[in-house]
Amino acid sequence: MQFMLLFSRQGKLRLQKWYVPLSDKEKKKITRELVQTVLARKPKMCSFLEWRDLKIVYKRYASLYFCCAIEDQDNELITLEIIHRYVELLDKYFGSVCELDIIFNFEKAYFILDEFLLGGEVQETSKKNVLKAIEQADLLQEKTENMYHSKSFIGCKKAY
Amino acid sequence: MPAVSKGDGMRGLAVFISDIRNCKSKEAEIKRINKELANIRSKFKGDKALDGYSKKKYVCKLLFIFLLGHDIDFGHMEAVNLLSSNKYTEKQIGYLFISVLVNSNSELIRLINNAIKNDLASRNPTFMCLALHCIANVGSREMGEAFAADIPRILVAGDSMDSVKQSAALCLLRLYKASPDLVPMGEWTARVVHLLNDQHMGVVTAAVSLITCLCKKNPDDFKTCISLAVSRLSRIVSSASTDLQDYTYYFVPAPWLSVKLLRLLQCYPPPEDAAVKGRLVECLETVLNKAQEPPKSKKVQHSNAKNAILFETISLIIHYDSEPNLLVRACNQLGQFLQHRETNLRYLALESMCTLASSEFSHEAVKTHIDTVINALKTERDVSVRQRAADLLYAMCDRSNAKQIVSEMLRYLETADYAIREEIVLKVAILAEKYAVDYSWYVDTILNLIRIAGDYVSEEVWYRVLQIVTNRDDVQGYAAKTVFEALQAPACHENMVKVGGYILGEFGNLIAGDPRSSPPVQFSLLHSKFHLCSVATRALLLSTYIKFINLFPETKATIQGVLRAGSQLRNADVELQQRAVEYLTLSSVASTDVLATVLEEMPPFPERESSILAKLKRKKGPGAGSALDDGRRDPSSNDINGGMEPTPSTVSTPSPSADLLGLRAAPPPAAPPASSGAGNLLVDVFSDGPAAQPSLGPTPEEAFLSPGPEDIGPPIPEADELLNKFVCKNNGVLFENQLLQIGVKSEFRQNLGRMYLFYGNKTSVQFQNFSPTVVHPGDLQTQLAVQTKRVAAQVDGGAQVQQVLNIECLRDFLTPPLLSVRFRYGGAPQSLTLKLPVTINKFFQPTEMAAQDFFQRWKQLSLPQQEAQKIFKANHPMDAEVTKAKLLGFGSALLDNVDPNPENFVGAGIIQTKALQVGCLLRLEPNAQAQMYRLTLRTSKEPVSRHLCELLAQQF
Repeated sequence: MQFMLLFSRQGKLRLQKWYVPLSDKEKKKITRELVQTVLARKPKMCSFLEWRDLKIVYKRYASLYFCCAIEDQDNELITLEIIHRYVELLDKYFGSVCELDIIFNFEKAYFILDEFLLGGEVQETSKKNVLKAIEQADLLQEKTENMYHSKSFIGCKKAY
Repeated sequence: MPAVSKGDGMRGLAVFISDIRNCKSKEAEIKRINKELANIRSKFKGDKALDGYSKKKYVCKLLFIFLLGHDIDFGHMEAVNLLSSNKYTEKQIGYLFISVLVNSNSELIRLINNAIKNDLASRNPTFMCLALHCIANVGSREMGEAFAADIPRILVAGDSMDSVKQSAALCLLRLYKASPDLVPMGEWTARVVHLLNDQHMGVVTAAVSLITCLCKKNPDDFKTCISLAVSRLSRIVSSASTDLQDYTYYFVPAPWLSVKLLRLLQCYPPPEDAAVKGRLVECLETVLNKAQEPPKSKKVQHSNAKNAILFETISLIIHYDSEPNLLVRACNQLGQFLQHRETNLRYLALESMCTLASSEFSHEAVKTHIDTVINALKTERDVSVRQRAADLLYAMCDRSNAKQIVSEMLRYLETADYAIREEIVLKVAILAEKYAVDYSWYVDTILNLIRIAGDYVSEEVWYRVLQIVTNRDDVQGYAAKTVFEALQAPACHENMVKVGGYILGEFGNLIAGDPRSSPPVQFSLLHSKFHLCSVATRALLLSTYIKFINLFPETKATIQGVLRAGSQLRNADVELQQRAVEYLTLSSVASTDVLATVLEEMPPFPERESSILAKLKRKKGPGAGSALDDGRRDPSSNDINGGMEPTPSTVSTPSPSADLLGLRAAPPPAAPPASSGAGNLLVDVFSDGPAAQPSLGPTPEEAFLSPGPEDIGPPIPEADELLNKFVCKNNGVLFENQLLQIGVKSEFRQNLGRMYLFYGNKTSVQFQNFSPTVVHPGDLQTQLAVQTKRVAAQVDGGAQVQQVLNIECLRDFLTPPLLSVRFRYGGAPQSLTLKLPVTINKFFQPTEMAAQDFFQRWKQLSLPQQEAQKIFKANHPMDAEVTKAKLLGFGSALLDNVDPNPENFVGAGIIQTKALQVGCLLRLEPNAQAQMYRLTLRTSKEPVSRHLCELLAQQF
């Protein structure tokens, strides 16, 4: 996979993940072009389209479009299910996920994605294993947050 | 603000995001962002040291602002500081910022790499994974240089946690894709293959992707993965839907892993081992069988996952192209999908069937679905699905169904989306020509094309119909009659006027007997369109008129009247004016005999690959025309349509009129009779006129796409020697004899190059039909792209012309392209084939490195096939300075203080190609006493090592 974009029905980009090196300018151009193309498509149309020398696989979940660019030999249907599994992971983590969760917790959305896909390839497909990795991190976080809150504020500051 | 489910304390961030969302206008948003940026800047610059939490919060805000699409030019340092925090969340945000916003600021990269190094060494799996994710996300060359050697170790270490192995595998994959030369092959590769046997499905899933990529570049080294992949696949395919627990997805066992394994197997031909092959065929059959079973769930995820495996299985079956039984089963399965209610499945089935159509085993099976596909073309509501249907019709077309398919495509063209019309026009034109049984059908089809979609009929298409009509005298009368009728339509496309004008000018006499199409009627019909046409078409029509004067003397007075009119003779367009003046003079001065010779019928065109096919290939990339190129499933197709022999009756002596439409590929005109008073005039008329005309001859580009091997002779005997002179230099004289001198100037950067060739005419006589072309023997076309610019066809005595070549190295190559130069000197044809001085070392990028790095890399490239060595006698005096200059000219960097012996030379560089980079190390040891050298090359690619060694050894 070359990149993944999440954007709203209004065309606002909510998450972008690039697995190939591109300049910021190029990224913005691609995003603009694809958002326009995908939003112009009608609901019953097929989820795949040819774009430049890539294949675009997209799917809409409520107000959010998930859109992946894959290479010529990549499998379109399994990419659709990559999108779905990612949605399931977000859903499980946030508890019936909605667009707002991704806006306010964008960093979590990135962390979950990194556990699932790395370098554009599927790393771990087991929901349990992905969420275990994230929850472990959350535990670590809570522990440090608690330390941070329970210990004296001043003491902590001094350390830095 | 929604409830945040898991403990996250960055309230300030949430407030900021809410503020942004509440902004009513873009201006308000920018204002709020600027305020926040100022605040963060002052916090970062302030005297008070920030605690980790605040730093994390502000870095996160910056990240958010960046993701909104604003530029961020500070905060990198604070993010890097977070990397060394021992609090997980701070580290995590630091890494996220770096991954999203990395720039190649070398100072920072060093610090980042340092932090990563610490985390990799920490033995804390969570930290290690974060560090690996960061490398995989950034994937820059600097990171590759720092870590490419360590990661394989982490990947195969016995004590690495599973999650670390997974991340390491994909991290290495990313680095390998970005800079393959940095990833050393070694004993770890064998252990990586065995990860296919790992108990942890996640590890296998990650490892297969890495192995697939490695296999593509070194298939022989990884052959053992075939049997392991087959047995893994077989275990998955035969497992019950619940066996694999969390790796089962909607009742489908491990779909992602299955697809990846099937993909891996497509790197290889069918397994040689009969047992392995048997097991694999069994797997493939099981997948096909399962497709017929009732679904275990109504959810679309179930069917998608199941069908993803099915389509990948079919791809593998097509890739093998050796099991007729499986191919036909695959085709039947796809046939069912053609009428499925899911648009996605119909789309994929059409796409996949296209490849099946080109297999001799399944071509017939695909053809049985023709009605369904035609129906899809008519009724599908989604243009991308219709496009696939059109592609499939094109692929399944053969002589038996050509008429049906062509007529359906023509009908579709009337309503087709504008974006795909030109492609459909090309396809129809190709099919009509390829499968024409009688040429009247072909002529009708092309004229229909012009009628329906005239704007999308490119030059190539209408040139082609003229070529075919000119070459086949059995269709000329029919063509004349049909265009005459077509021109009678009140509004007809300009392309129709062009074709009509040309054909009537050549063959109008064949229908002149019918009073309804008598010469005056023909002329007035054409002339009624004249005023509506563009300059180019009017120029063509003027040529038709002068031909009419020859064909039908009775029209002479009328036509001379037209030519004499002020609107022609004083036309503002110089081309039209010149034609009018010259044609008028020609018709008044020349005798009927001279006219008849000058304006004789066109000689047949030399046969070559259809320029339309070349155009379609250009549009779609190589391989697009393959369904038609291979005559294998229809060997009889070539006898009628493939090679059109010029019919003897139309062969006439080439006359100056051969140039009338700028047909430069035809034999050049012999000098016109000098005795005739019109002779000199004629030379002027026809040597200047055609230059502005559209050319029917091959443009340099076309010739280049379809180099007929028989067209060019073998390179001259000294070609190799001449080539060797240019291995270490870019400028100089490539060739010289009594007639011609060819000079070269070239420059190369990374994988691109530009070369100027200077052709000097050393004689005092003009060279005519001067045409230099570049030809790619063998596979070279896929390795090196050379674009040539056209040069003037005449080179005056003592003059020099320049030709520019743009060169792109696509992948490593061994043989240079050929330069074929042909021209006429005093009437005698001259031809010459040279080797173009483009050798792989031109794409060298020198690399400086310290002794320690050099030796480390040298050791990494220690496999026997990575090294090439040559011991040879010195052919030139052994001068250290000259040798140095040659090595630098060769392209590598010269590294001082590396070799313990100061007499020896050591160099390093990277060969840049579009597809890959090849790192090269070299060592040259002179032995003054024995007058010998020893040259050693080590690169990551075996043929490159050998080739460079041979090239360089000839230089000393």
